[in-house]
Amino acid sequence: MGAGKFWLLATIVGAAFFGVSLLAPNQYYFQAGYVVLQYVVLATAWNILGGYTGYVNFGVAAFFALGAYSSVALYPLIALPIPVLVVIGGLVSGVVGFGMGYLTLRLRGAFFAIATLAMAVVMQTFITNWDYVGGSRGAYILRPLKVPLLGDYIVYLFLIMLVLAVISIGIARSIERSRLGFGFAAIRDDEQAAEAAGVPTLRLKLVATTISGALMGMAGAPLPYYVTYLDPSSGFSLSYAVNSIAMPLIGGMTNWIGPLVGAIFLGTIQQLATVTISSALNLLIVGLLLVGFVVIAPNGIVGLVEQLIHRRRQRRRA
Amino acid sequence: MEVSLDLLLSAVVAGVLLGGFYAAVTVGISISFGMLDIVNIAHPAFIILGAYAAYFLNSSFGLDPILTAVIMLPVFYVLGAGVYQVYYAVFERRGDEALRGLAFFFGLLFIIEVALVLVFGVDYRFVEASYIGPTWRWGEIDLPLRMLVPFVVSMVLVGLLQLYLSRTFTGRAIMAVSQDRLALQLMSANPGRIKRVAFGISIATASLAGAFLIIIQPVEPSIGRDYIGRVFAIAVLGGLGSFPGMVTAALLLGIVESITATFYGPSWSPAVSFGVLLLTLAFRPSGIMGR
Amino acid sequence: MKRLLGRMRIWLGASVMLAALAPLTAGAVEPIKIGFGMALTGGLAGNGKAALVAMQIWAEEVNAKGGLLGRPVKLVYYDDQTNPALVPGIYSKLLDIDKVDLVVSGYGTNLQAPAMPIIMQHGMTFIGLFGLDVNHQFHYDRFFQIQPNGEDPKISSIEGFFQAAMTAKPTPKTVAIVGADAEYPKVATEGAREIAKKDGLKIVYDRSYPPSTVDYTPIVHAIQATNPDLVYVASYPPDTAGMVRAAHEVGLKAEVFGGGMIGLQFAALKQQLGEMLNGIVCYDMYVPSSTMNFPGITQFLAKYQPRAKAEGADQLGFYLPPFAYAAMQVLGQAVETTKGLDQKKLAAYMHATTFHTVVGDIKWAANGEWATPRVIFVQYRGIKGNDLEQFKKEGTAVIVAPAKYKTGDLVTPYSAVQH
Repeated sequence: MGAGKFWLLATIVGAAFFGVSLLAPNQYYFQAGYVVLQYVVLATAWNILGGYTGYVNFGVAAFFALGAYSSVALYPLIALPIPVLVVIGGLVSGVVGFGMGYLTLRLRGAFFAIATLAMAVVMQTFITNWDYVGGSRGAYILRPLKVPLLGDYIVYLFLIMLVLAVISIGIARSIERSRLGFGFAAIRDDEQAAEAAGVPTLRLKLVATTISGALMGMAGAPLPYYVTYLDPSSGFSLSYAVNSIAMPLIGGMTNWIGPLVGAIFLGTIQQLATVTISSALNLLIVGLLLVGFVVIAPNGIVGLVEQLIHRRRQRRRA
Repeated sequence: MEVSLDLLLSAVVAGVLLGGFYAAVTVGISISFGMLDIVNIAHPAFIILGAYAAYFLNSSFGLDPILTAVIMLPVFYVLGAGVYQVYYAVFERRGDEALRGLAFFFGLLFIIEVALVLVFGVDYRFVEASYIGPTWRWGEIDLPLRMLVPFVVSMVLVGLLQLYLSRTFTGRAIMAVSQDRLALQLMSANPGRIKRVAFGISIATASLAGAFLIIIQPVEPSIGRDYIGRVFAIAVLGGLGSFPGMVTAALLLGIVESITATFYGPSWSPAVSFGVLLLTLAFRPSGIMGR
Repeated sequence: MKRLLGRMRIWLGASVMLAALAPLTAGAVEPIKIGFGMALTGGLAGNGKAALVAMQIWAEEVNAKGGLLGRPVKLVYYDDQTNPALVPGIYSKLLDIDKVDLVVSGYGTNLQAPAMPIIMQHGMTFIGLFGLDVNHQFHYDRFFQIQPNGEDPKISSIEGFFQAAMTAKPTPKTVAIVGADAEYPKVATEGAREIAKKDGLKIVYDRSYPPSTVDYTPIVHAIQATNPDLVYVASYPPDTAGMVRAAHEVGLKAEVFGGGMIGLQFAALKQQLGEMLNGIVCYDMYVPSSTMNFPGITQFLAKYQPRAKAEGADQLGFYLPPFAYAAMQVLGQAVETTKGLDQKKLAAYMHATTFHTVVGDIKWAANGEWATPRVIFVQYRGIKGNDLEQFKKEGTAVIVAPAKYKTGDLVTPYSAVQH
């Protein structure tokens, strides 16, 4: 399916999904749905660097929180509509992604992962000491209760995140099928061989980190409006990193469907667990699923499905 | 703030003591990551597990926490060997990418943390020992025993490990397997078994490190997360696979944190230490004494 | 075919029977559901669990007496994991799906603020269980804070320390201010700065530290180097323990040491630090004393303490539990008096009434904070060993401020009481 057709189809599916959602009888659906969609964006963004290129980013929180804090920083200065804030968040995190890529260009594997972790800590320390955005005290964002046309404010946030999810999936798919995607795959498979074959690995890695960072920043920009109160320790929480890594791993890392499936699967389970079993078991579920999938189904849910289809085809042939 | 010599000296001394503790926390990573190339990001969780083991034995039987840690060494060794077996069977044999191993340990980190919450609850735990409280005064310098005892035992631990690695057959085999696996096989030593021993030792050190931790500060299950960055930072800074390098880096980090806290304001300590790490990675990734 | 028909008959019969039973269950009285999120895991879980025990005790007592308005009460709660991002979802579920009749908050400012937009949208009356200045931004007229901070929480939760400290002889001239990089300590140290200026004190040390600090010795050394008369610390439990230990080890010399140290009110830390607490002046909400013998408090604690011990919650229960219980008392009384669950009427009644609870008389100001603050400051004295029983009796925590509840004068210097 060509790129144009895919975007059209994705938009239609997204619009249909939103239309059906409006039939939901209460707000809770939008509150929970917002979080799941946010993870679709984060998982897809992470996968561009992690799954396609093979570079593990532990500093997800840094990009995500930067997007959130750019919204916080602009809040007292000028009232901007959220789509604009999303773009700004994306720009800020994209630039930081570029910078991080540049600094870590020589690092491979685990060193890169550690560097991303270090960067997240440095970023968090800066924000904690920046009194203008509230520092460690946190910042309050007051949001309107209703918006014209859609009704509740949360429906508006939900719609924005839905649009972002569609965009990120579209971008991931486009990358996958482009020369860029082949270059990423070459880096993932054997970077030294790719370099020897003339692939401009440095440039490609920079593109990957920039796009990945930008998308994460865009996912973070509406966060202050969702939680009303934001402080560094919750914005930079390690759970964002765990989930962004677990979801593509569980869903499947080789293509754009994986993170989507993983985010919906794990995200929905977590939302349900929060309001049912409701306790430390929530984190336990993430840990167990992560270990379980990594051990039993390394290619994720998508991999399992592909295996099933493959086996069925073989049986039919036999 | 005026830089008085006394204040500077006490800051450095406090930093050295703290660095000794950091060395104990990191030595396990030096082995698993430095020599075996296994990114065991769950190591801090094992340390917390060690801390709770010390707490349990200390509060139930009144035993000294360091003594309990030594008693638990074989238990943790077996645990480490077991974890390695699973890791080997699932990952190394399949030749899978490091990412999946990473994710495996990440998941393990949370499983251990939650297990501790379910068993011990979320309140802060602490231990009782005769050396928690008194301070030795050496002129103008304070040496709280709470920090001094872990420092001394930590140095002994690292020293013993270094001797083991350089003098015994298995120890030298461990150093060799990190450099050249094929040559080791040719020398008729089984690399798989060697690695299992090494990883077991690495987790065993977590037992002692955990005891030190709970002597120094009260512990609750989620504080392991604060240490993930620190341990890898120190391991990388010192140069992977080099114990002297790791100890130097640990002491350095302790001193930097201490001086920043004393003179500039503790808020900036994490930025300073991790900033140093980032710079090292950018310009000299092999670390201070790495190969 | 016959078997199929036979099976269908069984199913039909079963459904009819169930349908017949339905009216029976509908006839049972609908409980009044009280919903809230609470930190049962994560950093604030220590207090969250303690609060839950207190609230459960209240619910059982009320149900034993026939419930509210003739209906039993049921607590519907979810663990917010000390994660503010989960709070909007939780309260949305409570109000939209669980259809709770009344709501209460979780513990802590961070966990109350995110609920406010949803609460305000539904027009619910909302009691906050300990938070600093939550309503400052929202100006919501149906919000009530159970923490006795008073109308200007920044000042009133701190001034007691300085009120007591300034009675020292000779009059203190310098103060060192230090706090953690987190929400409460930031607000508290700001208040400390203001009061210090008002009292003409010179601030000789003013820093903050990250909560992940391991060793507090360098910080205490740096403070000592400035030779302050007063040392004011605003901290959370782990750093409170670290600072107290470090101060003890370094042998901190000051007239008065203490401040807004969260954690000293809890059993776990009291047990751990034991004699190191002697001399420290710290804020508290309630301690057993002749001046704070409110109606019902002793009976409540007698019920709470054994139960908390069994469930692994704070064993003394002096901090949040009595206030969580009092919040439920207020809610119950409001429901019974207004004879219904109309949120507007409840809020109006709560604004207009003085309630008599286990933590004394509560009267709220227009902004939802207590009209008269009641944060007390105690000085620990005569603590021997690490046993908890000594804290259950009057004497180990002498109330030194405010004047209304005072049970003793401040003893200085700290270093003398310490050793």
